[in-house]
Amino acid sequence: MIHLEGITRTFQVGDQPVHALVDVTETIAEGEHVAIMGPSGSGKSTLLNIVGCLDRPTSGSYRLNGRDVGVLEEAELTNVRRHEIGFVFQFFHLIPRLTAAENVELPMIFAGLPKAERRRRVTTSLDAVGLSARIGHHPDQLSGGERQRVALARATVMQPQILLADEPTGNLDSQSGRAVLDLLDEMNDAGLTLIVVTHDPKVAHRADRIVVLVDGRIERRVRGDQIGEILAMLAEEDEG
Amino acid sequence: MKASEIFKFAAKSLTGHSLRTALSLLGVTIGVAAVVILTALGEGARLYVVNQFASLGTNLLIVIPGYTETSGSFGYGGVPNDLTLDDAQAIARLVPAARRVAPISMANDEVAYHERRRQVAVLGTTPEYREARQLDIARGEFLPAEEVHRGSPVVILGDKTARELFGGVEPVGKIVRVAGWRMRVVGVLAKQGVKMGMDFDDIAIVPVATAMQLFNQNSLFRILVQAHAYSDLELAKDEVRQLLIDRHDEEDITVITQDAVLSTFNAVLGALTLAVGAIAAISLSVAGIGIMNVMLVSVSERTKEIGLLKALGVGRRQILAAFLTEAALISSAGGLVGLGLGWLAVRVLVRLYPALPASPPTWAVVAALVISVGVGVTFGLLPARRATRLDPIAALAGR
Repeated sequence: MIHLEGITRTFQVGDQPVHALVDVTETIAEGEHVAIMGPSGSGKSTLLNIVGCLDRPTSGSYRLNGRDVGVLEEAELTNVRRHEIGFVFQFFHLIPRLTAAENVELPMIFAGLPKAERRRRVTTSLDAVGLSARIGHHPDQLSGGERQRVALARATVMQPQILLADEPTGNLDSQSGRAVLDLLDEMNDAGLTLIVVTHDPKVAHRADRIVVLVDGRIERRVRGDQIGEILAMLAEEDEG
Repeated sequence: MKASEIFKFAAKSLTGHSLRTALSLLGVTIGVAAVVILTALGEGARLYVVNQFASLGTNLLIVIPGYTETSGSFGYGGVPNDLTLDDAQAIARLVPAARRVAPISMANDEVAYHERRRQVAVLGTTPEYREARQLDIARGEFLPAEEVHRGSPVVILGDKTARELFGGVEPVGKIVRVAGWRMRVVGVLAKQGVKMGMDFDDIAIVPVATAMQLFNQNSLFRILVQAHAYSDLELAKDEVRQLLIDRHDEEDITVITQDAVLSTFNAVLGALTLAVGAIAAISLSVAGIGIMNVMLVSVSERTKEIGLLKALGVGRRQILAAFLTEAALISSAGGLVGLGLGWLAVRVLVRLYPALPASPPTWAVVAALVISVGVGVTFGLLPARRATRLDPIAALAGR
C-alpha cells in the first residue's frame, strides 16, 4: 500500500544543501509492522513526515494505495492526512486546555462529523486504550503513559489505515512504554499498518521488519527477530 | 466543519489564556468606549447650541442699518439713511415671504417704581416681536396691537426687573417711570435667560414709537423679519434688501440671517464631533495592534498545536478561520463591552449635566463596532496567515 521509489529529500541550510534522504525505495504492505531505526540525523523523521504527507520529497515518487501523492494539491493532502493516516509523537502533543475526550474529539470536529457520532467514537476510542475513567481529565492530570494513550486514541479515532509513531515510548518509563507498545501491537493485529521510528531495540524487535537508515540511505533490512544482527552496527554508527 | 464548531474551538482557546485575552479585550473596550463618549460629547455640544438658537426663534432675518462692506463715505458725511418705521411697514406690506416684521429700537435707561430705580435695556418694538423671539409672558399681556406710529405709555418688564423693583408686589397695573415718563405695567415676562447676548430677564419692553420718542431717535436699531419657512429665507432676504435699496436709493443696510450663524455653528461642531471621533478611532487602531500582538504571541506559543492540527488533517482554511475567529471574538466582545461602558458613562454625564443633551450619534456607534471588529480581523489576519504557513514538521519537532 505504501510504495516509495527513489525518494530524495534535500534541505537547504544556509547555502549548504543537506541530503536528509537519498534514493530511498521501499514498499510497505497493508497490515505490516515496520520499525525504522538509525542513528540521530539519519533521516528517520524526514521519512516518516514524507510517508505521513506532512512533507514532500525533493524527487522520487510516493504512491499511497496506488495513488501518486506527489501530484496532490494541499487540500487533498490534508484530506489524506485526515482519513488515511494517524500520528503519534514522542511528546504526545495533547492540547493542554482540552480534556482527554476533547483532544480525541478534535480531528472529528475539523472533519465535520456529527456530534452524536463523535461522542460515540470518543467513548469507544478511549475505552480501547483503557482510559474510560479519565475521559474528563486534562492532560496535566494524566501520567505520561496515559497521555500517550490519549494521543493514540486521537490518532486512531478517524479510523486510518496507517499509524505513524515517532519515538512513541521515548518519553515514558519502561512499564507505561510496554503498555503503549502492547496497544500498538493490538491495533496492528487488528489490521492497522504500523510504522514506528525508534532508537530503542525493545521497540524495534516487535516489528515484522526493521529498516535501518544511515545518512539518508537504507543501509539494511532485517526481520524484527534478527535485531541482534544490527545492534553492533548501530552502536558503532552512533559512536562515529 | 460547522461555523459553530470553529467558534467553540476559538472561544475555548481564548478562555484558556484568560489574562492575555482580557488585556487585549480591554484595549478594544477602551477604544470603543472612547469613541462613544467623545462623539456623544461632541453631539451634545452641537445639539445644545442648536437648541439655544432654536429658542431664539427661527427663520429670522435681521436688518441692520449701515452697509458693512462699504468703507468709504455715505452720501453726506458718511451717515446712512435712517431705518424707519415706514421701512418696517413697507417690508410687512410688500414682501410676501415675510411672515412677521418687528422693528426694534434700543437704549439703556432707568426704570423706577417709587424710590426703587434700575438701569435696564429698554427695547421698543411691536407685538410681532413676541412670536418672532418666542417670548413667554408670566403675567398680564404683551404689547397691545395698535398703529405703529402711536406709542401708548405701556411697558412689559423682564422677570428680574419686576422682582427687583416690586419685590412681592404685583407689578401688573402699576405705574412706573421709564426714562422719567409715566407708564403702566401691562405684563411681566417669564424667565427667559440670555438669548443672543441679550438678557431678557432684565429688560423693559415698550411700543416702538414710544421708545423712539423717549430716546429722541429717528432710526431703528434693527428690523427683525421672520420668513414663513426656511425655504423662503433666501428669497425674503433678497426681497427685503431690494426693497430697502429702492426706498433708500442706495445700499445702506445689511441683511443677515440668523440661520447662517446657526448653520455655521452646526457645521463647526459637527466637524468637531467628527474630529474627536477620528481621534478615538486612532485609539481603536492602537487596540487593533494590541490584538495583533496577542495573536502573534498566541501563534508562536501554539506552533506545536498548529503543527498538530495539520498532522490531524486540519486544512489551512480551517486553521485560518479558527485564528481569525479568535481575533474577531476578542474585538467584537471588546467592542460590545466598550459600547456598554461608553453608554453608561454618557448616562452618568447626562445626569451630572442635564443641560447637555449628550448622546452618541448612531453613525459613531455603528462605526465603532464595525471598526473594532474590522480591526480585529485585519490585525488578526497576519498572525493567522503565519499560522497556516507554519511548517508542521518544524512545529512538531519542538522537542
